[in-house]
Amino acid sequence: MKTWYLPMTAAGILLIFPLLWMVSTSLKLPGTEFAYPPQLIPSPAVWHNYVDALAQEPFGLYLRNTLTITAAATLGSVLTASLAAFGFARIRFLGRDVLFILLLSTMMLPDIVTLVPKYILFSKLHWINTFLPLTVPFWFGGGAFNVFLIRQFFMTLPYDLDEAARMDGASNLRIYAQLLMPLSVPALATVVILTAVNNWNDFLSPLIYLNSPSTFTLALGLQNYRTLYGTQWAWLMAASMLMIVPVLVLFFSFQRFFIEGIQLTGLAGR
Amino acid sequence: MSSEARTGTANSSSLSPRSSVLSTRRRSAQRWRDARDGYLFILPWLLGFILWTGGPMIASVAISLTEWRIITTPHFVGLGNFVALLHDNQIGVALYNSAFYVVVGVPTHLFIATLAALIVNVKLRGVAFYRTLYFLPSLTPIVANSLLWLTVFSTDFGLANAALSLVGLPPVQWLSDPRFAKDSLIVMSWWGMGAQMVILLAGLNGIPDHLYDAASIDGASWWERFWHVTLPMLSPAIFFNLIIALIGAFQVFTQAYIMTNGGPDNATLFYVYYLYQVAFQNFDMGYASAMAWLFFLIILVFTLVQFRAARRWVFYEADVTR
Repeated sequence: MKTWYLPMTAAGILLIFPLLWMVSTSLKLPGTEFAYPPQLIPSPAVWHNYVDALAQEPFGLYLRNTLTITAAATLGSVLTASLAAFGFARIRFLGRDVLFILLLSTMMLPDIVTLVPKYILFSKLHWINTFLPLTVPFWFGGGAFNVFLIRQFFMTLPYDLDEAARMDGASNLRIYAQLLMPLSVPALATVVILTAVNNWNDFLSPLIYLNSPSTFTLALGLQNYRTLYGTQWAWLMAASMLMIVPVLVLFFSFQRFFIEGIQLTGLAGR
Repeated sequence: MSSEARTGTANSSSLSPRSSVLSTRRRSAQRWRDARDGYLFILPWLLGFILWTGGPMIASVAISLTEWRIITTPHFVGLGNFVALLHDNQIGVALYNSAFYVVVGVPTHLFIATLAALIVNVKLRGVAFYRTLYFLPSLTPIVANSLLWLTVFSTDFGLANAALSLVGLPPVQWLSDPRFAKDSLIVMSWWGMGAQMVILLAGLNGIPDHLYDAASIDGASWWERFWHVTLPMLSPAIFFNLIIALIGAFQVFTQAYIMTNGGPDNATLFYVYYLYQVAFQNFDMGYASAMAWLFFLIILVFTLVQFRAARRWVFYEADVTR
């Protein structure tokens, strides 16, 4: 079995190499990024690039914008998706199954179909150049995929829990908030990670809805680095690293729940 | 099920007609409460569906029948936009580019994800570290990743050509040669297979050991165990990934926008990129909506074909036990 480490390590190096290359480029002296032959370990390592990258653009502003959008969208998703999931998983009512099939079918719907009418709607509401188009929709169900994921998790929890609580006179809202939610941390953490990362990384929606630089997110701002300082690849890579780090921190702090969530919600198809 | 079970136990001791009337009333009150609560719980989603999905879809049909440049008032042109689609050469180019990205990209992507999942599906010291290592690239924001791969694919100074020259191969114009630009974007997408790998890994974990034990007792070789146990048991997870990857790949946009601007020579003018230009650079909303519908129908057909084909290769345990 020891020989297994050989292909496993080789593949690992291959997969992580581009990211290492980004770190390496971000530490090179501006102007020497493309020295030939390529240099993996820059000497000297110019840590000052990170300071310069931050100073070149209103990086702090972009960071604040991105954080605001990501936090608002994620909070809305977790809250409203779990509410809908509870309705679909734990309450019987007329029309439930039909509506659930409707929800599943919207998972297959490409965003592109509704892009134009939504843009027109938001522009008529004067929401262009505000964060509203990028956050408000997430407070309405948080996306079919998230509802599905949490619903699948709720289904794995025994119904006896609800029954016992109902006997004691607990309302559905109480069963949801005090019983099921605390037991569903893995599924909720999975939703937090997926939604937060998606919003943090999103490019197309901010590109369409945000035109004034004061509203830019990191994804849009990063693109600006290139057009304005096209030759400064070291700074660009430093700024990119700064955009990646929060995602990594989020992933590592929720990693334990994330794997569990995927296994328990039947995402693997069983 | 829950309401019946409860009223059933509550009334099991008394069977007088009066209490059965009471229990019927109580049951219908409970049913009414459940209906109210159920709709209240799903209300945010239901409103969202009407506001951001159902409503816009209907609006999109209406818009596709108009000539509308946002600042002007829309005027009805019937199927004019759809007729125009047929005469637009760019549509054919964009459809070909997207189809190429899907047909070549998705299977290779899935193959690599499956391979990676199999490699790290072992009980060895430090395997958790390797799993994280394989997964990390998929977390890279697409903008940052696109900028990074611009440096990797640079013809004169890039890492990719440096690697080729190590093994004595001539340099390739990864992004500036129309023949290779799409392939380069596909190669780049392989590094983002981590999310699929995690799902496949969960699928592999769910395969019960007794199946392997039984196969071993029957004298099955490693390859036979893989072919007759692992692959069929993993097929639902592979299928799930296939559908997700298919819909995702059809909507490829950001890489082309940042790395190639749709070029060279329209080689990476993917369908969504062209739609973006029509809708948000020319503000031709009617034509863009017609484009969106055509594309939606194509994706739908592709997806349905996969669902049909799945009957032949996806194995569901429930079908057997039933």
